[in-house]
Amino acid sequence: MGAASTREIYGKTLVELGRQNRDIVVLDADLSTSTMTSLFAREFPERFVDCGLQEQNMVAIAAGLAASGKIVFASTFAVFAICRCFDQLRLCISQPNLNVKIVATHGGISVGEDGISHQAIEDLALSCALPSFMVIVPADAIETAQAVRAAADTYGPFYIRLSRSKTPIVYPEGCDFKLGKAATMRQGRDATIMATGIMVDKALEAADILAKQDIDCRVINIHTLKPLDEAAIVKAASETGAIVVAEEHLTQGGLGSRVAQIVTAQKPVPTEFVNLDDKYAMSGKADELLERYGLTARHIADSVKSAIKRK
Amino acid sequence: MPNKASLDNPSPFNQFSLSTPELREMAKKLRRHVITMIAQAGSGHPGGSLSAADIITALYFRVLRHDPKDPQWPERDRFILSKGHAAPILYATLAETGYLPVAELETLRKMDSRLQGHTDRGLTPGVEMSAGSLGMGLSFAIGIALAARLDSRTYRTYALLSDGECQEGQTWEAALAATQFKLDNLTAMVDCNGIQLSGRTCDIMSLEPLIQKWQAFGWHVIEIDGHDFDQILGAFLESEKTKGRPTVITARTIKGKGVSFMENNVAFHGKAPTPEEAERALKELG
Repeated sequence: MGAASTREIYGKTLVELGRQNRDIVVLDADLSTSTMTSLFAREFPERFVDCGLQEQNMVAIAAGLAASGKIVFASTFAVFAICRCFDQLRLCISQPNLNVKIVATHGGISVGEDGISHQAIEDLALSCALPSFMVIVPADAIETAQAVRAAADTYGPFYIRLSRSKTPIVYPEGCDFKLGKAATMRQGRDATIMATGIMVDKALEAADILAKQDIDCRVINIHTLKPLDEAAIVKAASETGAIVVAEEHLTQGGLGSRVAQIVTAQKPVPTEFVNLDDKYAMSGKADELLERYGLTARHIADSVKSAIKRK
Repeated sequence: MPNKASLDNPSPFNQFSLSTPELREMAKKLRRHVITMIAQAGSGHPGGSLSAADIITALYFRVLRHDPKDPQWPERDRFILSKGHAAPILYATLAETGYLPVAELETLRKMDSRLQGHTDRGLTPGVEMSAGSLGMGLSFAIGIALAARLDSRTYRTYALLSDGECQEGQTWEAALAATQFKLDNLTAMVDCNGIQLSGRTCDIMSLEPLIQKWQAFGWHVIEIDGHDFDQILGAFLESEKTKGRPTVITARTIKGKGVSFMENNVAFHGKAPTPEEAERALKELG
């Protein structure tokens, strides 16, 4: 199926958006050649602001621009955008509900060799905690393009988490991205895997493994963590009776916590979680890290079997 | 067109254009509001509102191009209150200029009020920024000033900081950036009242030499007595004429200015006056 870079498609989509809308302004913090906002900078230098190594300043500048009617995209690595700038995100953007799109690359441990300082694994908990923020983790480059367009077209603050490494394409024939609506990737009756970001591909692989063992597994891509598609989650719980949530994030506060909150309140069923538990990772190649920390199709498949056993 | 405020010739764009004696009277009136509001609320920060009163009075009643009937007028000059704990003096000003009913001032800090303890951009007409966590306002102002350049608008952006706030690292991030971006449409003001919550700034985390710091960051620095209207207005005029770089007005002020027992008194950074103290204060403010 091939793989493509979500950050590269982000950069290209920004350029297209910039051609269509003169109100789009892009900010970066000295990482534009990594986040790929450099493509926008090259075509629209007057609408690009490099804030240097000043992430907190960048977030508040973004808010000021948005308060003046601009649609602002601000990019850096996910750890710096979300973890470092939480107070600025909170008071300058979330509380006043300003039109700023934080699109951060290098989410999760698949950042790889740079190690824990660069691996954002708390960002989804933090961003989902911000009222008025919408939070998206696209599954591949195809979905990234649509998510970025949706963010530009929808008023309000967004956090979009992208990856460093190329991400396997899960939508080779295109996708129909709907903000806040989970996408069913594969039907199934015995259990549902709910995955986000790079874990969607692994969830599909897990469903293939399970199919060979006569386990018919549904796969849902929850690209929008906030607002969450509660109806799809409750429906899957009702129809399949077991859930596994897979995400490249710590156990607290991410998709797992959010799904568990819905399931326990509305349709309690056995639920298992595939995530990074409660610890930091280390340097290494992306695939080695994902294997070491249990973020593989095999781990998901094992969790599905555990969940089904508890039915 | 640039704002034409000058000492002899009040701005044709500021619909109030008070004379200097009138500004003095208005500042006194606003200080009285501050005392009454905070006393009624039972909590708040009188000291920093009183130290900033003259600067804010000069801006709203003489310098800023603004229209209280149209708070979102795209060409309005922007005032960013970075030291959000001075919200009461801003609310009093917004009431006396007509953005809010004066009677609403008594709702400060009460449930369902539009007048939150610290400013709320979405709630109060005329408030540009949600503030209260220090060090963010100059960055926010940079965003607004950049937007002016992008849209070829001639409005100016004014950001009022506290001196204590200059202890925040982000203030200096913004100081670097405003020079880098050559934002001569931006004027920062530092309300140098020398006192922060737990003591004198020079004892807690000294900022001196503050003027040299701003100069080293590339700003045009104007040092004034922040309670002398001629100096305040002169500094604003000079800042408008300064091209190629931003201006900062370091205003020496007195915390609690105008109320003898609050002046230079750390206790009144964040404490409401009792009803008796409020009565004494109001008497002093005539």
